[in-house]
Amino acid sequence: MVLTSLGPPESHRMAQQDTWTKKDLTGIEELSRPEIELLFRQADQFLPALAPGKGLDMMKGRTVVNLFLEPSTRTRTAFEISAKKLGAEVVSINTTASSLVKGETLRDTAMNIRAMGVDAIVMRHSSAGSARYLGSVLDISVVNAGDGAHEHPTQALLDAFTLRQRFGKVEGLKVTILGDILFSRVARSNILCLSKLGAQVTLAGPATLVPATLKEAFPQVRIVHDLKEALKDCDAVMLLRIQHERQTTTHFPSLGEYTSQFGLNAERAAWLKPEAIVMHPGPINRGVEVESEVADGPRSVILEQVRNGVAVRMAVLHLCTGAISR
Amino acid sequence: MNPADNSPLWIRGARVIDPSAKRDEAKGDVFALDGKFVDQLSAADQAKARVIDGTGLVVAPGFVDLNCRLGEPGRTARETIRTGTRAAAAGGFTTVVTMPDSLPAADNVGTIQLLREICSRDAAVRVLPTGTLTKGHEGKALAPLGTMKKAGVVAVTDTTSGVQNNEIMRRALEYAAMFDLVVLDHCQDSSMTEGGQMHEGAWSLRLGLRGLPRAAEEIVVSSDCLLAELTKARIHLQHLSSGGSADIVRRAKAKQLSVTAEVSALHLLLTDAALANYGTSLKTNPPLREEADRLALIAALVDGTIDAICSDHSPCTATEKDCEFDLAPFGAATLETAFAAAHTALVAGGHADLPLLVARLTHGPAKALGLAAGTLKAGALADLVVLDPKSAWTPSLADLASKSGNNPLVGRALTGRIRATFVGGRQVFGA
Repeated sequence: MVLTSLGPPESHRMAQQDTWTKKDLTGIEELSRPEIELLFRQADQFLPALAPGKGLDMMKGRTVVNLFLEPSTRTRTAFEISAKKLGAEVVSINTTASSLVKGETLRDTAMNIRAMGVDAIVMRHSSAGSARYLGSVLDISVVNAGDGAHEHPTQALLDAFTLRQRFGKVEGLKVTILGDILFSRVARSNILCLSKLGAQVTLAGPATLVPATLKEAFPQVRIVHDLKEALKDCDAVMLLRIQHERQTTTHFPSLGEYTSQFGLNAERAAWLKPEAIVMHPGPINRGVEVESEVADGPRSVILEQVRNGVAVRMAVLHLCTGAISR
Repeated sequence: MNPADNSPLWIRGARVIDPSAKRDEAKGDVFALDGKFVDQLSAADQAKARVIDGTGLVVAPGFVDLNCRLGEPGRTARETIRTGTRAAAAGGFTTVVTMPDSLPAADNVGTIQLLREICSRDAAVRVLPTGTLTKGHEGKALAPLGTMKKAGVVAVTDTTSGVQNNEIMRRALEYAAMFDLVVLDHCQDSSMTEGGQMHEGAWSLRLGLRGLPRAAEEIVVSSDCLLAELTKARIHLQHLSSGGSADIVRRAKAKQLSVTAEVSALHLLLTDAALANYGTSLKTNPPLREEADRLALIAALVDGTIDAICSDHSPCTATEKDCEFDLAPFGAATLETAFAAAHTALVAGGHADLPLLVARLTHGPAKALGLAAGTLKAGALADLVVLDPKSAWTPSLADLASKSGNNPLVGRALTGRIRATFVGGRQVFGA
């Protein structure tokens, strides 16, 4: 799919990629840096369409199914709006409405949806690897909206896109990811995405959620259990939602204990460099991983992330569906 | 070849390897008469014998598998005695010990009798059943070990459920020893493995899958060794996967404890890195671990710490495995490729010679359970395998006799192939 140009053509740099060949976005793992940069340039083109009353029609006549087998409001809504901004029809299936609860296999559900003439399936699923599996089963586009504790590629892309917007480039930035790394697909995708774009990643949080073995899995990261150390040099801190419902009680004693050790409040935010920003994938647990004074403060780019999320997902849907020759 | 052919058997000019007799003859003959090995055939018997030219091939005792599942009763969509024992024969196994986690579980005399009836009708190789250690392998109350022994079980085990309670394990060991029943244990502390999908390490972290840590196995290997010391009973540790487990067993053996151990052929060949694409056919319990574990298991096999190589054949249907990784059942169908996998890893890999590999597939497992198998000595049952260690091949699904296709080695180049298998002097596999 050739980059859709809505404005003056950008100057072509060395190693710049112009064509997108992947029908699926299952993870950041599978993407190259030129592909990520191509996607960002496409998202740049879509930013003006985010204004109320604006919309495009390049996916007119196409249908996108949001197959959400795990609860989600924000990501599903962002994907719905992204598809609609491109003129596509959208059908959302959530876990209670899905036939999967009746014992149908994922392959059967997906083949049925495909048989109805759908162009893309956006899936959220509790099983790691399920998006890659679905992409291998189907000949239509599959976009991963989160697969278990594996990846959440559009979140990482919108995060990096936001950093790029703020700092001009991601290369050379120091980014600290703070919180529940062990169970977080957002963390995995961000580690991969930021590393590919040349940022230095620090992982911070309690040792049970940020085990030393993460260094074996991701040799490029730094692991820190001291919050001040983790915050003092970074350009951005990404807070992760503490998902108390997903952890057994053995990973940390209580939410209160977590907040007392790792919660980001104004006092601790003062350890950051003056220009450092605070990011969060949402939904925020106010008073747990972040206090309102920080979440709503001048460092926070949380709502910019949400807005950029629509442009990035538009780019993903446009490029992936466009990669399939019809 | 007519499988009913009961004529005398004469294999000429093969390399003969029989670790039970410390025999490794570059060019030798093997004779069988009336289902048993003999030292020589009379001139009259020679005249009517079936003669096989063994030039360039190896003759060894039929392999003994201490750990497999053949589907019956109750899981016939996965495997049957008919298909499973033909897979065994194709893999060179002439004696297989089946796990008791069938449907219903083999925790009672009736189920064991049913299995034996099916086997007498359908089995191509010798099938030796085990019973559960506790009722329904639930780990709560002892199964009727004495009556199951009378019904023909050769050992007792709670298989992948493990035994989570040390008091029950202790009493089970004491009680089973009274009947000379070996207790087999799948070593796993289930409190540490809930939701676990693969080895806990760098790969599980990358893939976002919950891990089964080494320590969950090593803790139970340790407690089993301590209980073997306390009770003086025999215990056999099933399919070790961690290098640390091998170290614990090595120390236990140095203390002369009656502990034996096995490793699956797959664990000698592959590591958790093979799971990078979430291949469900590689989802096994115990899980494939790291290269250091693989090398430690090989070293333990070579120095005798580990007595036996098992297939750990656990068939699953294509539908069962065609799903999200964490929804797929554990297990790989490996009877037909166990020898080739172990040969590729050990012999082609330069870690051991062929006689050692044969020992761990024959004499080692037979001795661990006290079975009259795994030997070419005169008077023993004429179970043997003819193999071509140099043959390179790539298993394909269409060639496999197992009813289930979850063999992770399909499409992978291996060396070492079974040419023919004989049970009681009758051919059960090979042209």
